[in-house]
Amino acid sequence: MSVLVVAELHGGHIAPATLHAVTAATQLGGEVHLLLAGHNVDPAPAAAIPAVAKVLVADGEAHAHALAEPLTALLLPLAPHYSHVLAAATAFGKNLMPRLAALLDVQAISEITAVIAADTFVRPIYAGNALATVRSSDTLKVLTVRATAFAAAAAEGGSAMIETIAPADAGPARFVGQSLTQSARPELTSARIVVAGGRGLGGAEPFQMLESLADKLGAAIGASRAAVDAGFVPNDLQVGQTGKIVAPELYIAVGISGAIQHVAGMKDSKVIVAINKDEEAPIFQVADYGLVADLFEALPELIKAL
Amino acid sequence: MKVLVAVKRVVDYNVRIRVKADGSGVETADVKFSANPFDEIAVEEAVRLKEAGKATEVIAVSIGPAQAQDTLRAALGIGADRAILVRTDAEIQPLAVAKILKAVAERESPDLILLGKQAIDDDSSQVGPMLAALLNRPQGTFASKLTIEDGAAVVVREVDGGLETLSLPLPAVVTTDLRLNEPRFISLPNMMKAKKKPMETLTPADLGVDPSPRLTTLKVEEPAKRKAGIKVASVAELLDKLKTEAGVIR
Repeated sequence: MSVLVVAELHGGHIAPATLHAVTAATQLGGEVHLLLAGHNVDPAPAAAIPAVAKVLVADGEAHAHALAEPLTALLLPLAPHYSHVLAAATAFGKNLMPRLAALLDVQAISEITAVIAADTFVRPIYAGNALATVRSSDTLKVLTVRATAFAAAAAEGGSAMIETIAPADAGPARFVGQSLTQSARPELTSARIVVAGGRGLGGAEPFQMLESLADKLGAAIGASRAAVDAGFVPNDLQVGQTGKIVAPELYIAVGISGAIQHVAGMKDSKVIVAINKDEEAPIFQVADYGLVADLFEALPELIKAL
Repeated sequence: MKVLVAVKRVVDYNVRIRVKADGSGVETADVKFSANPFDEIAVEEAVRLKEAGKATEVIAVSIGPAQAQDTLRAALGIGADRAILVRTDAEIQPLAVAKILKAVAERESPDLILLGKQAIDDDSSQVGPMLAALLNRPQGTFASKLTIEDGAAVVVREVDGGLETLSLPLPAVVTTDLRLNEPRFISLPNMMKAKKKPMETLTPADLGVDPSPRLTTLKVEEPAKRKAGIKVASVAELLDKLKTEAGVIR
């Protein structure tokens, strides 16, 4: 049987996380199909993903904002034709997949980090402080995929078949509006380098120092929950158990103490640097390179030296 | 407007959990438990709706062992009016939780159901959307702001790119994110009052729900530990290490 991946669209473009979910899908056996539901969507980029055999396109106003109710209605009749239905474990996937699973009477499996067999998966629990291997007894599996645990599938070179399907009708929920953070920087979850700040920065203004550092390094900016709660930066920069999960090549934590909830979101980074004036800060326990220093002295020095 | 709030008893967020030596799970004996922090935010929000004159009654529900009564007492201490414990010592997975909550919702007919966006033990983040689906109601997940106006819940959601606002006709299901509110400290008089509030106990069988798990946990293990790093003495040394040893900066 085939495997269906639900693509996430950002401004009409396939979100990077979807390519990671495609890689997970290739490990399940069977052809990989990709569902593209949106409004005025261009199926060409989806069809170019070499790992995808078929693209299902549902184009309609009801899918313009990826609301869970119409998407679930769209997926419900499709799902039984597949062995697995999956999406990346982003806000989009976490909002949609459990809704679909419940209507299929399936116990969904969240944020898998490894495929052991077609019915057996590894997933983190307790903020990643334990890894559970679980086997599903449901015939159909509904999964969300932790993007950082699977490489991104190649995006070009393929020529998948494209099939148009009827979009769903609008559901009861009404989209009112959105305020998306505009940034010229790389996307946080797929950046090669992440520079993250915590409560130690003390305010929104010192965060600008972090931006200068990010500019020099071509990095994305992240933050601890404390920094977001304090209003230094918007919510979508939060890294951690309940925020975004990142695993860049280099993660530089500045003024972050290293609560387990934060570490849960970045401990799979290849190299971790911590700059903190408190040498007892738990962040140093996970850092490859720790610098005990006043960040207000170390940051300008670092920026100048780059 | 009647509000139903679901609360899960979980290992306290400050506890450093230990994986059992036999790989069967996580050590929960002699460990501090409390209400799932996101659910506490849900209770606080429900109580604020009542204090603002929007809600008429707040009912807290929990599923779990006898000790989940403590979790419900805390919800009553925040200001819920009454509580329902669906008592079971078995492992209840998210789909079964959603089915039990659906049965409770059918008895109570709430206009709004509030729950945390995820429980910090299994981190599944499934029950809210599952419950909304089973009840055929609209959902607003990851709420950082909630307003009730003209028979609708207006929900500001924390999504990956920023914030999104949805309007959901009631009845609806809303899951709470961290920044929705800061739960109050429960005063001693309120704690005493909570002891006198009604608490009903049911079982999954009373509600006609088969809570059998669909997932079998084959093993639980500790993640690979990061090897201890080194301390560098200066910014210059740090940069040198990043360039030559780690090779992550060119």
